[in-house]
Amino acid sequence: MKNSKIFLIISREFLVRVKKKSFIIMTLLTPLLFAALMVLPTLIMTLSSGDSGQKILVVDRSQICAPFFNDTEELEFTFDSNADVESLKKNFPEDLYALVELSEPDSALNLSVSAISIKQLNIGSKRQIERAVQNAVEKTKLERYDIENLDNIIKDIRTDITVKTFTISDKGDEKVAMVEVNMGISYIASFMIYMFIFMFGSMVMRGVIEEKTTRIVEVIVSSVKPFELMLGKILGVGSVALLQFFIWIVLTVGITAGVQAVIGVDKITGNQEMTEMVSSQAGGEVAETMVAVQSNDNFMGELMSALSDVPVTSIVISFILYFILGYLLYAAMFAAVGSAVDNEADTQQLIFPVTLPLILGLFIMIHTFQYPDSALSFWGSIIPFTSPMVMMARVPFGVPLWELALSLGLLVVTFFFMTYLSAKIYRVGILMYGKKATFKDLFKWLRH
Amino acid sequence: MDIITCNKVVKKFNDFTALDNISLAIPKGAIYGLLGPNGAGKTTLIRIMNQITMPDSGEVLFNGTPIKQSDIAYIGYLPEERGLYKKMKVGDQALYLARLKGLSSYDATRELKKWFIKFGIQAWWNKKVEELSKGMAQKVQFITTVLHKPSLLILDEPFSGFDPVNVQLVRNEILEMRDSGTSIILSTHNMESVEELCDHIALINKAKLVITGGLEEIRRNHGKNEVEVVYRASEPYQFERTGMTSVVVDSVNKQGYRAVLEIEKDSCSSKVLKELVSNIDIISYRELIPRMNDIFINLVS
Repeated sequence: MKNSKIFLIISREFLVRVKKKSFIIMTLLTPLLFAALMVLPTLIMTLSSGDSGQKILVVDRSQICAPFFNDTEELEFTFDSNADVESLKKNFPEDLYALVELSEPDSALNLSVSAISIKQLNIGSKRQIERAVQNAVEKTKLERYDIENLDNIIKDIRTDITVKTFTISDKGDEKVAMVEVNMGISYIASFMIYMFIFMFGSMVMRGVIEEKTTRIVEVIVSSVKPFELMLGKILGVGSVALLQFFIWIVLTVGITAGVQAVIGVDKITGNQEMTEMVSSQAGGEVAETMVAVQSNDNFMGELMSALSDVPVTSIVISFILYFILGYLLYAAMFAAVGSAVDNEADTQQLIFPVTLPLILGLFIMIHTFQYPDSALSFWGSIIPFTSPMVMMARVPFGVPLWELALSLGLLVVTFFFMTYLSAKIYRVGILMYGKKATFKDLFKWLRH
Repeated sequence: MDIITCNKVVKKFNDFTALDNISLAIPKGAIYGLLGPNGAGKTTLIRIMNQITMPDSGEVLFNGTPIKQSDIAYIGYLPEERGLYKKMKVGDQALYLARLKGLSSYDATRELKKWFIKFGIQAWWNKKVEELSKGMAQKVQFITTVLHKPSLLILDEPFSGFDPVNVQLVRNEILEMRDSGTSIILSTHNMESVEELCDHIALINKAKLVITGGLEEIRRNHGKNEVEVVYRASEPYQFERTGMTSVVVDSVNKQGYRAVLEIEKDSCSSKVLKELVSNIDIISYRELIPRMNDIFINLVS
């Protein structure tokens, strides 16, 4: 009977939210948005690769640079070292995209380059011009040293080193490991835990405030214990979270796979601009590593091999465990805060002690995904309030089982303890109206 | 037999005493008025009966045995501060609240349909609560309170927010339920409805029980044993001749006078009337029983 009441509450909390239009829209749109962020840059690149055949007139007074300007799909270079720049400026030819003027170099081969155009020169063209002049000047400078067989020497000097990383298991088996892959997974998993706890924790809090402001709460606690109401709400919202998470994963995987099948794998993975764009959202550190990875010729092959060696099962299991436990821990505290206020605007002060450890966890995580075995990372992943984020950042790099067990065990114990405290505050708070509660009041309520 | 017995119930909130040694017995099958000024502790007492809060000391008996969690299925509570989930549909919401009280989905739906027809609100089933007016929402709340046929009904200001027609409707439902054996606790500041509905009352002031007992008994006990007579006469009658003391004598119009007479304690009306009939031409006669309103103000101030 008691259990069926909790079940009733859970199912109401669940259904009310799942039936909402905003939930359906959010659930369907978010993966589309994710997929769009991954695919769109590629699509834009393939669909409109800029205007082709734009003419650039190079007025090369240095006499050394011309051979280094190579035509591309976009740009077409013409050369005229005697053109009258001043008159061209006054009467700029319509079919000309830009006019590049190179000054005569001084003895140290310093020269100035200016590009004149009606429309602002785009970044690609600017870089291409810079690269051409740079190559030309460097080459000329080298030649001045008058070294024999220079071309061969340069070819001989050019080296490309990548460290191949392996991890060794107890049995001595070697495994290909790519630290960049681990870092990416670590960052994403950890950030998702943070986002989910915050999002669904606030949802619990808003639910509690709603019950208070509509004054239905007294009717309900005359039928069920306040604790049952709180627990039912937390579990109901938690089920919403799990459902949404599940749909997101299925949709994201589905959409990405679908689009990959249409456009082709190499275009998606081999595109530098796209990588830069995606990773700029994930933070600078990742961007650098991803770009570094990009230049590797065997990138795809090694990525696949590294991905296949990522401990997927342990990541998924710990993600689910840390998400559920972290959510439960924080949701109870969010519920307590919600019970102490009459409207959402009043939560600002009281919510601080709840969000502080959450944000702290996020900060530690940013350190952890680069230094997973530092002391800060270790303690952050053991202490319950930050452990969901920080441990999630460590798991992809491999964590000893005892640390995982200790961290999870502490999290469970803390969850029970905080839920017990929260329930005490909640029980008194939901029936208090009018006076704005302070921390002092909350401590009093704990002793009731 | 009493449905609820409170024995020396004490409740403190830190330094503030909300209930100080309250003992009272609420009889079965009657309407029991719980009165008191704002902040006297009525709501706290009601919450203790509903097991929403626990007393610091003392005990509450339900049907003679200490009240337990499972008893809430037999109690219906309409709090003063009440509301519904705004975004939920009326029918779904009523169903939810009924099922929380332990009704099966089937029974709850059947009962709800009956009540919705009785109150003429079938058309609201699929409306959202936020579309209802306050009075309409009150109707739904009343239904959800009584739906599970509680043996004890606790109503805190049940008539607030209703128009006179609906007050009548709800009043009749309350009386009907009393007649079918439901015990009802009515907490209200409306003394007229107390006089009209209550069989027993208790008055709480500043956390203490001031008075409890049958309504008529309390009203009589607080009366001054006075009767009011209006009679036809060309000049005021000298009541002293019949051995009665007149407190007030004034003319109603040219032909009539009104007198308030002090009578002996517990003397019955027929005896007094017999005395008067032989001397004056009576238009009206009534015992002056004090209004609950006056008793309330008298006891509280």
